[in-house]
Amino acid sequence: MRIAVCIKQVPATHEVSIDPETKRIQREGIASELNPFDLYAVEQAVRLVAEVGGEVVALSMGPRQAQASLREAMAMGADRAVLLSDRAFAGSDTWATSYALACGIRSLGAVDLVLCGKQAIDGDTAQVGPGIAAHLGWPQVTYVSAMTDVSAERIVVKRMNEEGYEVVELTLPGVMTVVKDINVPRVPTLPSVLASRRADVPVRTAEAVGADPEQLGLGGSPTRVVKINPPPPRQGKTEVVEGTAAECARRIVHELRRRSIV
Amino acid sequence: MLTRTDAERRQWRNVWVVAELRPGEVKDVTFELLGAGRRLAEARGCELWCVLLGEGVCDLAAECFAHQADVVLAVDDPRLAGFVDDTYANALDRAIRTHRPEIVLCAATARGRALIPRVAVQTYAGLTADCTGLEIDPATGLLIQTRPAFGGNILATIQCADHRPQMASVRPRVMAPAAREPGRTGRLIREDLPADDVSAAARVIESVRDTTDTVRLADADFIVAGGRGVGGKKGFQLLRSFADLVGGAVGASRAAVDAGWVDYAHQVGQTGQTVQPRTYLACGISGQVQHLVGMQSSDLIIAVNREPDTPMMQLADYAVVGNLFEVLPAMMDEVRKL
Repeated sequence: MRIAVCIKQVPATHEVSIDPETKRIQREGIASELNPFDLYAVEQAVRLVAEVGGEVVALSMGPRQAQASLREAMAMGADRAVLLSDRAFAGSDTWATSYALACGIRSLGAVDLVLCGKQAIDGDTAQVGPGIAAHLGWPQVTYVSAMTDVSAERIVVKRMNEEGYEVVELTLPGVMTVVKDINVPRVPTLPSVLASRRADVPVRTAEAVGADPEQLGLGGSPTRVVKINPPPPRQGKTEVVEGTAAECARRIVHELRRRSIV
Repeated sequence: MLTRTDAERRQWRNVWVVAELRPGEVKDVTFELLGAGRRLAEARGCELWCVLLGEGVCDLAAECFAHQADVVLAVDDPRLAGFVDDTYANALDRAIRTHRPEIVLCAATARGRALIPRVAVQTYAGLTADCTGLEIDPATGLLIQTRPAFGGNILATIQCADHRPQMASVRPRVMAPAAREPGRTGRLIREDLPADDVSAAARVIESVRDTTDTVRLADADFIVAGGRGVGGKKGFQLLRSFADLVGGAVGASRAAVDAGWVDYAHQVGQTGQTVQPRTYLACGISGQVQHLVGMQSSDLIIAVNREPDTPMMQLADYAVVGNLFEVLPAMMDEVRKL
């Protein structure tokens, strides 16, 4: 089984803010990390291949420095990694990003399964996984929390939803996005980290993966970010409630009642 | 679809809401989408449509008309009984190509977030996830979409000028629901599901309601959440009793989940769920920023902590300085007196 794991290098988002003067996102000096949700996808791919044989290929679209995140995936056990990097990709929204990744996946040869984290923590859209599936014309299952039966042809999974879960059977090839419940990602060993630093991470251009430039970047993206603002501050002040437990309880429940909450 | 001229764009008309359904039931988020959709339809001077996909869904049309839909488009077919992403996407894709809506709204639920990005790619439409604001630009007639990004640290305004439809997903509880007018009626359109649209590769074997430990954070009006200060599984039993008393759900910080006191399905925050209940009662949660971004839009935040200076206590509307194992039982006594 050949598994492509799509990963994203993200800024450590809790440090991101807007410069009050320029109204631009301040990125200088902000550390990057592998999107935390992608760790579960990488781990699951490595486990599946350990079970049924095959190869794990980590794939990302981004600037050159995203090679670091791909090396992290290799340190966790991915057999190889490919970075899609090209000015033509710049400004891609989720439509164009999923198109570029789908082209990258096709360029890897016969892929049986694509795994993604449930979403990236910078954009939080959860759109790229299903987008890749649509571009490839493959079936998909999102929010996978367990794989209960795995063979070379099909996988039975549990998928989380608001009321509980569904058991879904998917005939490969297909695309899945996974949630944190699915496994506990390994901590790479020092030798594997060192080996990944020496590993070759080839960089492919849009042309090399056969992507149509008209469908990439800003020009290929249906959506445009026209403005960014800091969020409005939370209204109101904090009332500190002190005293005995009974006194505090009366104050809070009075307030809940005033608001018709209880 | 990519449109190149105003004449082409004018062929795309009306506002659609994709209903979130369960057997025999229209989920509340649908009425919230209809509320937002009604405003947009008024601003565009067009009709509001509600799209029902599933088995036996024609029976639910009346409820959608009552909640301000002018037209209900139903694909009512036993092959839509289970939610299979590509089958649902193909059915919606076909309806969009046939009827050409200008705007499509969908719930940002587990299903909606699986379905709508797929449809957006298939139809080459623009899609903005988790919108908190939807307006029509009076000058251009375009949909102005506002959404938080970077963990809630910025608000982005997004537009889709040339592709149609303009699509947006909206989380439950963000928009005000449409007014219900009993007896209001509209036009019902039924569409078929051609065999080509049915997935050959995916099937639902079983759908399980998790009733033993129901987690409905996204739907909950009241969330009682615990962190490290709750101290263990036993402490979460107290939170559970409180939640049961007020008809709420139990949430948790990552620290509590990683300690194994409560399942991941309860986790609120950056690597868990983002929630927006009317009331968020944070018990023994110090308030790491990764947790705060998942709950800071709650209407009312109450924090209980022995330490008065934690970030959660500073964010809260009411910061109760005290021992949660004394304050919570006392609050439950007060609620029972009502």
